[in-house]
Amino acid sequence: MVERHRPGHTPQAAVALDEKGLALERLLPEVLARFNPELGAAVDLVTATVSPSDVADACLTLRDSPELQMDYLTCLCVVDYEEHLQVVYHLYSTSMKHMMVLKTNVSPDDPVVPTVTPVWLGADWYEREGHDLFGVTFEGHPNLAPLLLYEGFEGYPGRKNFEMPEYAEW
Amino acid sequence: MVDVSLESQSEGQLDTVQMLVNMGPQHPSTHGVFRMVLMVDGERVVDVEPHIGYLHRGSEKLCEGEIYAQIVTLFDRLDYISNLNNEMVFCRAVEKLMGLEVPERADYIRVILCELNRVASHLLFFGTFGIDAGAMTPIMYAFRDREKIQSMFEAVTGARMMHNYIRIGGVKNDVPDDFRQRMNGLVGEIRQGIDEADRLLSFGEIFLARTKGIGVIDAKKAISYGASGPTLRASGVPMDVRKDAPYSIYDRFDFGIPIGEKGDSWDRFYVRVEEMRQSLGIIEQALGQMPDGPTITPTRLVLRPPQGEVYVRGENPRGEIGVYLVSNGADRPYRVKVRPPSFCNLMAIRELLLNTYVADAVVILGSLDIVLGEVDR
Repeated sequence: MVERHRPGHTPQAAVALDEKGLALERLLPEVLARFNPELGAAVDLVTATVSPSDVADACLTLRDSPELQMDYLTCLCVVDYEEHLQVVYHLYSTSMKHMMVLKTNVSPDDPVVPTVTPVWLGADWYEREGHDLFGVTFEGHPNLAPLLLYEGFEGYPGRKNFEMPEYAEW
Repeated sequence: MVDVSLESQSEGQLDTVQMLVNMGPQHPSTHGVFRMVLMVDGERVVDVEPHIGYLHRGSEKLCEGEIYAQIVTLFDRLDYISNLNNEMVFCRAVEKLMGLEVPERADYIRVILCELNRVASHLLFFGTFGIDAGAMTPIMYAFRDREKIQSMFEAVTGARMMHNYIRIGGVKNDVPDDFRQRMNGLVGEIRQGIDEADRLLSFGEIFLARTKGIGVIDAKKAISYGASGPTLRASGVPMDVRKDAPYSIYDRFDFGIPIGEKGDSWDRFYVRVEEMRQSLGIIEQALGQMPDGPTITPTRLVLRPPQGEVYVRGENPRGEIGVYLVSNGADRPYRVKVRPPSFCNLMAIRELLLNTYVADAVVILGSLDIVLGEVDR
């Protein structure tokens, strides 16, 4: 797998928040105040980055806050940025119909993030998948058994440094 | 297969023996390679352990090694019953990241074919769910109509499955000259076919007895599990990406969102039947409005989207599909994450199966309409 970069300046994706996004951008610093979030935006979604130890509390705050009501975990995924692993939570509110992204960065050597299964039942398999493919330990998860890979699989195939087996003729 | 262990043997009570029953991965009613280990007490299910991953191909990892145009073919192979819907959501993700406009005619072709794909997918569900509940005839009716849709797909895209028709910036080629005329005929035939099949199966006494009140999940639990699509709407939550965050040109059509009342297997079934009728309505409106013009915005073959990340949602026949695309400016994506609707719907299976009869396990699993291709990726 060859990374093919064009030399020189890399253009950045344009950010354009809609009305709901702008409203969230105003609300979030207040709601997440005690977690010191680092706010940003990705194309049309507001992002907030918190420290790994605060993730579960932040999720609970976002779910139970009357202004946000993030009752729906749309997607949970892990991205390997090599110098750190990023756990990304896409949250949605079924009543207010707005969406935001919560992120946290962990070290690839000892990635530990508290589980959010008590907040949303649907985090269960996502976290098992993250543990399977990226080796992130979701602390407090009831059962982190392999989900997609077979038992005894060596390594974390989702990570960038995983060596893909070469194609062989057979 | 059967592990017999003695439970408590208190005096004065009938002794019961709990039994471990392994269902799948090779079992016709699991609709793919899905395995459940059921702990049964007599006829009652007391514990369930689902096992997935038998079809894991590492699609997300494979995406990191392909150029953007090639990835469309990988998305075809996720949910192989609704290929066009999958292609569309990935193409929309790249278009959003690049700020690429799609010609109006291409949008109409996309919507018509995606809705037709939804009908085809629900027809397959209709037939197989009948079989799951013990009715062998409905699948003949469902497949009669589905076959016509597949022929239509073949005429437009050149393939019955794995179309690779929706491309980044538009669609591969324009539709055949007689498309509108053929589609009008097809919509009429399918509408009639659905009514016929509906009369045959949906309100039959045995079918109602097998599905009504079986596998109930309430709205709050379904939302917490991240269920979406007909599975969530059957519990009475009118959540549909086409209405909540209209993408493409869905804001131009008048259509309803069928919802259920109790969230049982029959509701999940009938929501889909009603959805087929709504989809046919969308197709008719789209055929009437479809403008002439180009069908693709020309792009380079090797795309280099700007650095950034985007999350795009779409309404698949099975529920809400999401694509999280991270680009670092190279010609291949840095990370692609798919939010598969079946994956989240299937997560609720333990909740649905506890304290039901083992004979209903097949019906309940069938009512979720899973495709293991996207569960395992």
